[in-house]
Amino acid sequence: MQSFFDTRRYPWLVWVGFALIAVSLAVLPFALAQVGTTWVRITNYAILYVLLALGLNIVVGFAGLLDLGYIAFYAVGAYTYALLASPQFDLHLPFWVILPIGAAVAALFGVLLGAPTLKLRGDYLAIVTLGFGEIVRIFLNNLSRPVNITNGPQGITRIDSFKLDGFDFGHYGSLFGLEVSGPIRYYYLLLAVALGIIVVNLRLQNSRVGRAWEAIREDEIAARAMGIDTRNLKLLAFAMGASFGGVAGGMFSAIQGFISPESFVLVESIMVVSMVVLGGMGNIWGVILGALLLSFVPEILRWTVEPLQQALFGRMLVEPEVIRMLLFGLALVLIMLFRPAGLLPSAVRKRELAERAA
Amino acid sequence: MDTFLQQLINGLTAGSVYAVVALGYTMVYGIIQLINFAHGEVVMIGAMVAFTVINALAPSGLPPLAVVLIGTGCAVPVCMLVGYSMERLAYRPLRGAPRLAPLITAIGVSIILQHLALMIWSRNIMAFPQIIESRTYFIAGAAITTVQIAILGICVLLMGALALLVYRTPLGTAMRATAQNPQVAGLMGIDVNRVIAATFVIGAALGAVAGVLFGTYYGIAQYTMGSVLGLKAFSAAVLGGIGNIPGAMLGGVLLGLVEALGAGYIGDLTDLCQYGWLSGLIDACAGGGHFILFGSNYQDVFAFVVLILVLVIRPSGLLGERVGERA
Amino acid sequence: MTLLVVERIAKRFGGVQALDQVSFAIAPGEIYGLIGPNGAGKTTLFNVLTGIYPPEQGSFAFLGRPITGLKPDQVARAGIARTFQNIRLFANLSSLENVMIGRHARTRTGVLGAILRSRRTIAEERDIERRALELLDYVGIRARANDPAGSLPYGDQRRLEIARALATDPQLLALDEPAAGMNPTERQALGRLIRAIRDGGMTVLLIEHDVRLVMNVCDRVMVLDYGEKIAEGSPAEVQQDPRVIEAYLGVAHA
Ligand SMILES: Nc1ncnc2c1ncn2[C@@H]1O[C@H](COP(=O)(O)OP(=O)(O)O)[C@@H](O)[C@H]1O
Ligand SMILES: [Mg+2]
Repeated sequence: MQSFFDTRRYPWLVWVGFALIAVSLAVLPFALAQVGTTWVRITNYAILYVLLALGLNIVVGFAGLLDLGYIAFYAVGAYTYALLASPQFDLHLPFWVILPIGAAVAALFGVLLGAPTLKLRGDYLAIVTLGFGEIVRIFLNNLSRPVNITNGPQGITRIDSFKLDGFDFGHYGSLFGLEVSGPIRYYYLLLAVALGIIVVNLRLQNSRVGRAWEAIREDEIAARAMGIDTRNLKLLAFAMGASFGGVAGGMFSAIQGFISPESFVLVESIMVVSMVVLGGMGNIWGVILGALLLSFVPEILRWTVEPLQQALFGRMLVEPEVIRMLLFGLALVLIMLFRPAGLLPSAVRKRELAERAA
Repeated sequence: MDTFLQQLINGLTAGSVYAVVALGYTMVYGIIQLINFAHGEVVMIGAMVAFTVINALAPSGLPPLAVVLIGTGCAVPVCMLVGYSMERLAYRPLRGAPRLAPLITAIGVSIILQHLALMIWSRNIMAFPQIIESRTYFIAGAAITTVQIAILGICVLLMGALALLVYRTPLGTAMRATAQNPQVAGLMGIDVNRVIAATFVIGAALGAVAGVLFGTYYGIAQYTMGSVLGLKAFSAAVLGGIGNIPGAMLGGVLLGLVEALGAGYIGDLTDLCQYGWLSGLIDACAGGGHFILFGSNYQDVFAFVVLILVLVIRPSGLLGERVGERA
Repeated sequence: MTLLVVERIAKRFGGVQALDQVSFAIAPGEIYGLIGPNGAGKTTLFNVLTGIYPPEQGSFAFLGRPITGLKPDQVARAGIARTFQNIRLFANLSSLENVMIGRHARTRTGVLGAILRSRRTIAEERDIERRALELLDYVGIRARANDPAGSLPYGDQRRLEIARALATDPQLLALDEPAAGMNPTERQALGRLIRAIRDGGMTVLLIEHDVRLVMNVCDRVMVLDYGEKIAEGSPAEVQQDPRVIEAYLGVAHA
């Protein structure tokens, strides 16, 4: 049994594995659609979280900077898209123009936040980023007066879906000769973007830049003595992470068709941090696992907890949302106490977190 | 002139509550360098417990002051227990771990407490029952209520009591020694674990009272009130110099003032219509209209801006000492 | 012809005058020793030279170019590499990665190159690894390439720090007590390594407590005491200097 899965003896097994994964990912939405289109939507949101978690992983996992306001970049991307592709200003630019703009604007915000704060110690930085996230949200909530930019708490509606050459991702229609719903079209798009971002993450990690981040995380003074400009590299991590958040935000805007500041509250930032921490900071596969777990488990809860409570007690005692958040909090605490490097730890991070400083 | 005085009074009241909450952050940070992210939730639990008791006793006909005292009397031990448990279960096992680990745990604890409160008290806003007849006095055109006077008085008392505890008792000495150097304190026969637990418990007790005061001041309590209040108090602690007890008091009061005066004046200052050359360009200004860029709805931003500015310009805060890293 | 010229630098920490008007010059190709009792200011001198602390007074020039006030990473790129008295390896990374990180200053791949994996990137990456392995070999710990740096024995960690410093292609290698914690055999091997490094064309600035090692390898020695330079010359000359003898035997020093 064991020898059969020995990929060193049978290198083609790797490719068989890849092929299997690819096929299952390709047919997944159709299988899900059998259960209900909702599940395709849920999967799409899960992939969005994967994008966010991978973006945050660059900042937290690679460079070791805890960012508790990451959702602000998601918000910036989302609002950039919404303002440039909705009736709000009657602008309807194509998505392939806006997404790069959103990424750039988010990166700019990342640099604006990072430039003055990156020399702060880790825990201070965490709180400052949190404050920054809140400031962005407060502005989104209030920039409806004196000039209506964000439409305040009501948010922006009727946001354009992605359209390419007459192909509208938001609508039912054919794809490769198959009749598919809008969510399924988005699924493939999201999957493609996710794969791209995974590749970017992997390549960055095993590069001169990735090593420099590792060095900074391990020992900043030693890193500088090696000629690493720690300031620039931290800024780079911030900007890259932010731009990923910006892209994810733009896609969120288009898929949902409606956004409001409600979607960008502190808890969302903490959720993304939880995904990274739960899965394993610095390990791309771990982070993906964390994002998927924390996206799907609450949904499964939502679909089981309610009927279960109804059956047991005849009424709903605890909302699934509360259970979800309690699990979140518990996951953070338990992971830090018992498995600080996450479910799928990166080898280096595991050693780092096992190290008890005096 | 009366806006100024009025905002001064309001700012002092809110600021003195921030100061008491900030003490909880600063004491814990001073001793184990942990940002106890969940402290705001302890304050919230204090308010919720007290409000529950007060609401239950309101119709009983007991004198209002007794009702409030009983409510507070119930909130304080509950919060002390919460503070003790979280140190024991969530933070102590992580002592000596890399700094971010306990911070992440603290965030987890905060989420747990908040949602436990949601389970217990639901999403509804709890109102303070109409049992206290608040009287209002006027000084030079500004109003001050008996509640405000009471809050100010109690906060001053609490801060005085804490200062006595820290600077005049054996426990306080042990706390200061542990903050200086836990290893050395341990060698000198101080039970460091007990001192740390005591710090959490005292901070939580202060937080409980602050929660009651804050709830009473605004007349409401809700399971979400802890996070923003906590962040503001933390900002106050940073402003004064985190780890520094007089700093937390100063920072709290200053932050309250900044917030109140900021909210009082930002609307006027950013009304573009008052700037002659600009008002001609803006239609809304015609006929004495206003074009206010930032109104008092931005009040919550001030705390965060103060936080960021202090950390960027002088991370050691107003009264803190600078500490450098040795190579 | 001088490599490094230091003029009247001063640095104080609160009440301690860690460096007091210290001047000296290092010629290319020499091994320059820096000795003095504990707390004399030797490490502080390194920290000032490598940009970790700004000096209150004085200036220094490297290869004729003033480098006072440069940041640590700029100093490293200018050609001064150092090791740390209290070893500062990237303890959780492998030995090989530690040395590869040392190549940072001399390589160029940026984000775009890394993402696109251009041919240049791949070539550079191969180069970095080859050079890092060579250096591990050079200091004699090639066999430990894949072990976490923190798991290496003390002596090997010191060697790894030297390899990592060498990876930055420095012109001046500054070693802060590299023999600390080594046994006599290891010390001898270290002495040979330092001489070999110099013979390879590099200049070495060496802080060391082990008098024998200093006498054996250094061409010239400077002695610091309470932040002041009290002597300079060949090892033999310095050994005879009454002030030096006093500084080392003085009751004030433990
Ligand atoms: N970062 C610092 N803060 C305060 N004092 C320091 C610092 N670094 C060094 N010192 C003091 O400067 C003096 C010289 O120290 P150091 O340079 O480490 O001596 P040496 O390396 O010669 O043993 C000592 O008194 C030491 O305590
Ligand atoms: Mg030294």
